[in-house]
Amino acid sequence: MEVTSTAMAGTLESSDCQVTVEPGTGIDLSIDSSVINQFGKAIKKTVLETLDRLDVKDAKVTVVDKGALDCTIKARVEGAVFRASGYSEDEICSGKKLPWGGAIR
Amino acid sequence: MINAVGRDIPEEIIKATGMQPFKGSFARNGEEYKKAAPTVRPRIDPTESKLVDSIADVLKKCGIRDGMTLSFHHHFRNGDKVVNMVMEEVHKMGIKDITICASSLGSAHAPLVPMMEDGTITNIQSSGVRGAIGEAISNGKLKGLAIMRSHGGRVRAIESGDVHIDIAFIGAPTCDEYGNMRANGGKSDCGVLSYAYVDAQYADKVVAVTDTLVPFPNLPASISQVNVDYVVEVDEIGDPAKIATGAAKPTTDVRKLMMAKYTTDVVVNTPWFKNGFVYQTGVGGASIASTKYLGEIMRERGIKMGLGLGGIAGPMCNLLEEGLIEKLVDTQDFDLTAIHSVATNPNHFEITGSEYANPMNKGAYVNRLDYVILASLEVDVNFNCNVVVGSDGVISGAQGGHPDTAAGAKCTIVITPLLQGRIPAICDECTAITTPGETVDIVVTDYGIAINPRRQDLIDCLKKTKLPIYKIEELRDMAYAITGKPEKVQFGDRVVGVIESRDGTIMDVVRQIKPYEWD
Repeated sequence: MEVTSTAMAGTLESSDCQVTVEPGTGIDLSIDSSVINQFGKAIKKTVLETLDRLDVKDAKVTVVDKGALDCTIKARVEGAVFRASGYSEDEICSGKKLPWGGAIR
Repeated sequence: MINAVGRDIPEEIIKATGMQPFKGSFARNGEEYKKAAPTVRPRIDPTESKLVDSIADVLKKCGIRDGMTLSFHHHFRNGDKVVNMVMEEVHKMGIKDITICASSLGSAHAPLVPMMEDGTITNIQSSGVRGAIGEAISNGKLKGLAIMRSHGGRVRAIESGDVHIDIAFIGAPTCDEYGNMRANGGKSDCGVLSYAYVDAQYADKVVAVTDTLVPFPNLPASISQVNVDYVVEVDEIGDPAKIATGAAKPTTDVRKLMMAKYTTDVVVNTPWFKNGFVYQTGVGGASIASTKYLGEIMRERGIKMGLGLGGIAGPMCNLLEEGLIEKLVDTQDFDLTAIHSVATNPNHFEITGSEYANPMNKGAYVNRLDYVILASLEVDVNFNCNVVVGSDGVISGAQGGHPDTAAGAKCTIVITPLLQGRIPAICDECTAITTPGETVDIVVTDYGIAINPRRQDLIDCLKKTKLPIYKIEELRDMAYAITGKPEKVQFGDRVVGVIESRDGTIMDVVRQIKPYEWD
């Protein structure tokens, strides 16, 4: 998937995480987390796996995590990537419909 | 050296402090010792006045100099103004290398941080620290060591001479010109002065700091004139809004209500729940709700509590008023109801910190507890608890009476939600240990309870109930299944704090934090 614009998903509420995806070269990932001591590596792994699954090769990804569970982190990364790649719920506007049940698991 | 809770205590800390590693909760039972004593300057001349105009003047009269130990109490909680007021003057005088020996420090004491950085304060001894001071200590800004002691452990340390207080500053809501201090009737009432009593008995110089000077004699006094050198009147010793709150709104959090229900079910299904039982509880949402449930069952079955102990809040006072509790024995007041109750209800008594929890006196009240209801940040699979170090490795809590009451009570119940955000509260190994698992009997979570396998008697009582009982390892597995298995906090090498066991041995050490390393 090609990241063409900057987009964001998620909030800074407790147990959520905010993911920002921007165009870039290669994967440039930065992570800030309230639970970095316990789950820094786990968060990084989840984010990289999700980007890989969505076939994102080039993007600058910024994660500000407030103790989100893995499922939440995956959903926020998916949300930000699809938004940054021109997908939307309204396919008439964008021409690209979100692949519920496909790439979005 | 590995101590009795499996923590590795560095030799250099054993050498530097002269303290032994923790050997077990009751290892020093019966061990004889000689108490320390203060140096007293008697006042035979009846024409001498104790009144001094300012904090600066009283510091000079007390002979303030580099390297002294100054003590304070924490009954004004986050409304305290005495610590900062005194330390600002000490700082202005250019005094260095002060040890602060406080019954506790909170977020109100953030102004001490620059004084740690410039060497005014080089050692801190406290129940714990919160906010900016905790962060500063964990970042290595204190030149010496922070020693965290339980409430009982602090009294023991002072009485045994492990720490000698040069000057005690005791904030008193009311005081007369000869030093009789009370905790009620002033502008900044805190209800009791329990934790300051030992300071008054063992410090060389004792200074009463009050904002309400009352006519002599100020009786009944919590702290008597016979132990007081000087009296200073200041504008404000505290901020009443931060000393005590109004009645806490009952929780509506279903997780907390469920834990409250489990807790009450444990209490009423164990053999000590009968007329005259002795009970202590906390002020968290689940503890308060469990007090309410317990009251309902006491009413229904006609069972009265003989004694409610420790830090007191409104719900316990209400049960006292109703006649469901015979007596309250109080060391700290958390709200206005409790402050009013101790001042007016003849069955609500103030006791000293030693009477409450000192393990090395001839028998503290905690030893009489049937039940204590506690909270914990973390509980490991050996039932060890951590209430001092946050899961980010930063010192952010206080021992309080946690290890004291756990050691004393017949049935120690620790409430903790299974997850705090993504942090599992039940874990393989606590970030630090404050309370040994051998004194913790039951852990109550929102996913079920676990009973310490050392307590077959409790397992036998409770297996007949409908309580969801699991092995503690099963609770840990439930937590890890949701959050993933947590990594251990990456600490630096330098030891910045010692968690002292109530008997004066080393329970654990706390190291400086460092930036997270990804590899």
